[in-house]
Amino acid sequence: MNYDIVIIGGGPAGLAAANAAWEDGCRSICIVERDKELGGILNQCIHNGFGLHYFKEELTGPEYAGRFIEKLSATGVDVRLDAMVLEMTEEKEVHIVSSAGGYEVLQAKAVVLAMGCRERTRGAIAIPGTRPAGVFTAGTAQRYLNIEGYMVGKRVVILGSGDIGLIMARRMTLEGAKVLACVEVMPYSGGLTRNIVQCLNDFDIPLYLSHTITDIQGNGRVERVVVSEVGADRRPIPGTEMTFDCDTVLLSVGLIPENELSRAAGLEMDAHTNGPVVYENMETSLAGVFACGNVLHVHDLVDFVTDESARAGRAAAAYCAGAAHPGSRTLAVSAGNLVGYTVPQRIHMDADFKTATVFFRVRAICGKSRIVVQDETGAQLASFPRERLAPGEMENIRLPKSILDGAVGSVSVIIEEDAT
Amino acid sequence: MFDVTIIGCGVIGASLAYKLSRYDLNVLILERENDVAMGTTKANSAIVHAGYDPAAGTLMAKLNVDGSAQMEALCQTLDVAYKRIGSLVLAFNDQEQQTLHQLCRNGIANHVPGLQLLSGEEVKALEPNLADNVCAALLAPTAAIVDPWGLCLAEAEVSVRNGVELRLNSGVTGIDDLGDHILVHTVSGSYQTRYLVNCSGTHGHEISAMVGPAEWQATPSRGEYYLLDKTSGSLVQHVIFQCPSDVGKGVLLSPTVHGNLIVGPNAEPVEDMDNCATTLAGLDEVAASSRKSVPAVDLRQSIRNFSGVRAVTSESDFIIRPSAHAPHLLHVCGIKSPGLSAAPAIADYAIDQLQTIGLELREKPSWDGSRKQIRFRGLSQAEKAAVIARDPQYGRVICRCETITEGEIVAAIHSPIPPCSIDGIKRRAGAGMGRCQGGFCGPRVLEILAREMHKDSMDILQDGRGTQLLLGRTKGGANA
Repeated sequence: MNYDIVIIGGGPAGLAAANAAWEDGCRSICIVERDKELGGILNQCIHNGFGLHYFKEELTGPEYAGRFIEKLSATGVDVRLDAMVLEMTEEKEVHIVSSAGGYEVLQAKAVVLAMGCRERTRGAIAIPGTRPAGVFTAGTAQRYLNIEGYMVGKRVVILGSGDIGLIMARRMTLEGAKVLACVEVMPYSGGLTRNIVQCLNDFDIPLYLSHTITDIQGNGRVERVVVSEVGADRRPIPGTEMTFDCDTVLLSVGLIPENELSRAAGLEMDAHTNGPVVYENMETSLAGVFACGNVLHVHDLVDFVTDESARAGRAAAAYCAGAAHPGSRTLAVSAGNLVGYTVPQRIHMDADFKTATVFFRVRAICGKSRIVVQDETGAQLASFPRERLAPGEMENIRLPKSILDGAVGSVSVIIEEDAT
Repeated sequence: MFDVTIIGCGVIGASLAYKLSRYDLNVLILERENDVAMGTTKANSAIVHAGYDPAAGTLMAKLNVDGSAQMEALCQTLDVAYKRIGSLVLAFNDQEQQTLHQLCRNGIANHVPGLQLLSGEEVKALEPNLADNVCAALLAPTAAIVDPWGLCLAEAEVSVRNGVELRLNSGVTGIDDLGDHILVHTVSGSYQTRYLVNCSGTHGHEISAMVGPAEWQATPSRGEYYLLDKTSGSLVQHVIFQCPSDVGKGVLLSPTVHGNLIVGPNAEPVEDMDNCATTLAGLDEVAASSRKSVPAVDLRQSIRNFSGVRAVTSESDFIIRPSAHAPHLLHVCGIKSPGLSAAPAIADYAIDQLQTIGLELREKPSWDGSRKQIRFRGLSQAEKAAVIARDPQYGRVICRCETITEGEIVAAIHSPIPPCSIDGIKRRAGAGMGRCQGGFCGPRVLEILAREMHKDSMDILQDGRGTQLLLGRTKGGANA
């Protein structure tokens, strides 16, 4: 089976890429989705707050996904549901299995990687203690509640202040559970400010910053956890232990882009994002393979996933239409002072674009600051003032091509904090 | 009346049952947990030791070397993952080099084949990620890695298929020695048996104490481990040991048969035989010790920590002998490391002991001791296509980290020892073993278990007794 574009993943990233590629004239597109429905993780995000940027209105996750699914249904995009991609080769063969279709090899001209991410687990952060039932990642708990209709616990401690954990603090409370605490090892929250306010503060759920769970106790089911304050080295401080009697621990301790297929295909990866290295058009190190959404870098807001993925879809369509290769003159973009990473990591300087949007996260809370773009000589190319920057909120800056043309060597994005 | 009743279905009880199942005997296994392989069998280093370590002349030495020699063929017959990758004991100084020589001499006395002393250069040519200050090593080419719970399950399943009765949730509460037979009381009922075999692992002394004064003291020792993602699975190619010394045995690093890297254990005395907790100090100790052998080991690649309790006793050797108080009760206890390696030979030795105390054996006219499983991931493209064509459930991947299909999960549910928990599926089919630790497939496995077993989802457990996963229904939700 041949397609111009095969899109791996039918969540918000894959949907936006498919719609954009169709709009740009590509008529041979297939989305491969492992679940039984399109929409990805949005289907279990029944809270509102989606679409404020993209639609300028407040939608729930399923509503947000629904708009794109509806749009897709008016196109001729093929959708393979309940189908798993086992492998993508360098030659862009996509090997899939499904009950309906058996083992199939889809030959694509272009591939869009939109596989999303997975949650970090208890094992990844090595929380000591026994191994009872009742320790869930926040997203798994969210699935049990919102899709399956089951309560996973009655007395809950949440470790990590990532957005899903915060959302689940409110959700569990609304379902009648007692959320005793949200515990965050860092001195700041990993989630959006609006979620701290609306999901913790509004329900009087205490947030313990610079604390972590140092012991999980219980044999069959979780019975209690010990929470300790941590020092600057993030190691527990003896004597600061607090005990919470609870039956459930929810973990919201980070998301990891799901790039096993990308690695197996030999794509160049970025150790900081855990996603592929991409150009401004979302193309990876393998020509004709594009990446977007949480498989590329973990986003806070689906609205930005949509924008980024539409860009990937359009670029894939252009690639299939035989657009001239953007050439080999590239500009490297790197993360400098206080910046954790940038996406994209490279820009095709001969490509047809007016501005390049660069996404990044800061590595620590910054007060009033300037985001500065400089080249290898230290010359400042652009500067963007900000009142506050936080690791939990992804930033983006738009760089006109005319400015980038003047760069000597590579450019870096740095934060300069104003003196207080 | 049963001819032989085995208490405990870890790898020792299962190995014995498997070997007894070829004879014309009524055999019963009593297991206190809700599944087999629930004790030390599921929480150990998963190593088949070559056998240079136990002191020459001990039962441990003999059974280790015999067991190791049987293991490859046994695993092949039972379709259990096994890889003979060899082991290296590292020396970091002159004194440890002397220890290597001692181990080598001891190994030769134990009839361990192929032992070889390597120089620092030679060992680093084999294992480039070892620390620079490794100055020598002992290579034992017969050492291997194995799937310990897989072995136990396979042996138990084949036993059941060959007529052995298995009673789960049947912890033994008392034993009456009635002279010509024994009455065993359990929480699920009482059973009459001619011979009783105590394979109850860390709880062996408790069974022993049911028929008379204690015959040994239990001094259980806990070991903590890290299990690392498959990205670290090829950091080393052999089982990497450190020299045993006054300060401990050191930790090992080894690939697992599943493709991960296992790092551990430490050794700490514990009072509670079932205390399988991990601790900050224990994990730190394992981390520090592992970096001594392989400085590049990246414990941020951890996907799971666990600990296991070894059945260490006041006796240095395995305890395989009839009870001093009940002549038809055979103890097979104190089976600490290298118990897994020795398991097949322990079963042979136990059967010899049973014959010595009067058990008569007559082979069944026909006995099939083999088992075969479909493992989708390992099939070729054509085989995958064929298996899905035969049964479309093999086309639905449920565990995406390990590529485990619904077909494999359903086959596990309808196997001779049906699992009742999500971890029971994990041990049988491998779903949830990977880097997301069941975060994605857990809810789906639960749904399949409930569907196939005609149970309410609320009754599906995570693992052992009391591991309830779902505590209620949401307001107005799908199941309200």
